[in-house]
Amino acid sequence: MALPVLPNGLVIIVKRECETCRMVVPVIEQLNHGSLPVTVYVQDDPAFPESLAPIHDQDLSISWHYDIETVPTVLRIENGVEVARTVGWVRDEWHRVTMQSDLGPNLSAFRPGCGSLSVDPDLVDQLRVRFGVTTLSARRVDIAEAEDEFEAMFDRGWTDGLPVIPPTEQRVMRMLAGTTRQPTDVVAIVPPDLVEITIEKVAINAVMAGCKPEYLPWVIAGLEAVCNDTFNIHGVLATTMPVGPVIVCNGPGTRAIGMNSGMNVFGQGNRANLTIGRAIQLIIRNVGGGRPGEVDRATHGNPGKLSFCFAEDEIGSPWTTLAESRGLSRTVDAVTVFPGEGPRCVVDQLARDPESLTNTFAACLRTLHNPKSVLAFDAIVVMGPEHARVYAEAGWDRERVLEEIHARLQIPGSELIRGAGGIAEGVPERLNGMTLPKFRPGGLLLVHAGGGAGLFSAIIGGWANGDVGSQPVTKEVLP
Amino acid sequence: MTSFANRVVLDPTNERRATTVERVGRPTSLKGLTVGLLDISKARGDVFIDRLEERLSEMGADVKRYKKPTFTKPAPVDLRHEISINCQVVIEALAD
Repeated sequence: MALPVLPNGLVIIVKRECETCRMVVPVIEQLNHGSLPVTVYVQDDPAFPESLAPIHDQDLSISWHYDIETVPTVLRIENGVEVARTVGWVRDEWHRVTMQSDLGPNLSAFRPGCGSLSVDPDLVDQLRVRFGVTTLSARRVDIAEAEDEFEAMFDRGWTDGLPVIPPTEQRVMRMLAGTTRQPTDVVAIVPPDLVEITIEKVAINAVMAGCKPEYLPWVIAGLEAVCNDTFNIHGVLATTMPVGPVIVCNGPGTRAIGMNSGMNVFGQGNRANLTIGRAIQLIIRNVGGGRPGEVDRATHGNPGKLSFCFAEDEIGSPWTTLAESRGLSRTVDAVTVFPGEGPRCVVDQLARDPESLTNTFAACLRTLHNPKSVLAFDAIVVMGPEHARVYAEAGWDRERVLEEIHARLQIPGSELIRGAGGIAEGVPERLNGMTLPKFRPGGLLLVHAGGGAGLFSAIIGGWANGDVGSQPVTKEVLP
Repeated sequence: MTSFANRVVLDPTNERRATTVERVGRPTSLKGLTVGLLDISKARGDVFIDRLEERLSEMGADVKRYKKPTFTKPAPVDLRHEISINCQVVIEALAD
């Protein structure tokens, strides 16, 4: 948009809300009787100041284009060009700019101005879009007046089945304030179509998912964590098994952005938990091209494929955190991604000693996928605080808990071979004489989360593990 | 101030246009052609592919066997290239 032309003479920008502006009204009246023509632009109340026939800068075009940061601002314009400027009330400065003297004799010599509406943080994104200051390169899609914008998002195939927030430029600009990275930075190559994704596209999908700007670094880290050969989101998406990326968040930032690690930790009601995971899945859909019934071949899927993201309860935990167990400091923010199915509940309300409770965990974990399946799948144990307390009181640390569970899941081959127990599924006959572990070394992850009441925990079953399928990946969250 | 520009949204997709590739004509006979058999490494895929190899050899095709390292990941680019320069026909055994 071209720079609007200002009239020659003195141009003064004010707003009624500003006390300094109200104070200098007599001075402006004084100037109005001088030799230079005076034009007053007002940002808020079109009738202020009534005596000076102000022009309403309703769309803030004058204020924006002339970089007005403070009101009042006085400009001297000669031949359509600004030649002098002052802000606030500084008598000597007003004398210099207006080329007059004895202004405001009853006023003190100095009073600071107020913030201009054109730099109001609530408006600045909107103005940037309005006046065409954009660094964003995504295609603009016009929605017809007669179209409902939410229906339009559905019609274009951009949603996961729930409504999304329309990603207007203004909202995307605001989202981008959540990261220090440039909109053009490439974050990852997204399967299945193997497309490079920029920060800008991440932000667009994060807006649609309902994220706040401060969640954006978590979305970026989660995306980096899934889009690589180790985690293999291609396979996690394409598989007939009911898995999706489960995102476990660690670090002080989880509390800063208000994530839930407590009551109803996997459930509804927490914006950060629900929208961070959702944004990543929308990116897989919209940028990666991975849609159910196309590359996503899941037999059943699971509701967590909308978003399955939660924080570890670190404050209440008797143990090191999951991220620490994977090599990071507890002072940094991190995401760990795991290819997981829906959570199932482990109930043990009677165990008051760690041995008995561990027997319960081992028995429940044994049934994962099939009681006769071994070594093929990993799992996360999400220990509820009341169960964790039993271990804490007995002095068992994270490593001890996992060792004791593993020790109880060494299974004779005779129970596992095909046909044993009247079940066709199983391992080949040649493994009959061996003892096989349910989980590979490192195949069990332990997280502390859940509400303070209830002698319950949860298990999240995994998917084809190791180089064949997917490995959990932990990434630091960076600003 | 009234909200504006809500009728214009940014495209969340990869903005790629699908390219159309002409299909190679279907051969009238497999005799003398090189047929690639790609095993995706799913359980018992080899049983199916062994049988296909028998049948195709009987029909006079020159059969070459290929295998993906794992069924969960796309075929590596080098493998895809090798198949494309060595074979006129390819059959992929999909699942168990």
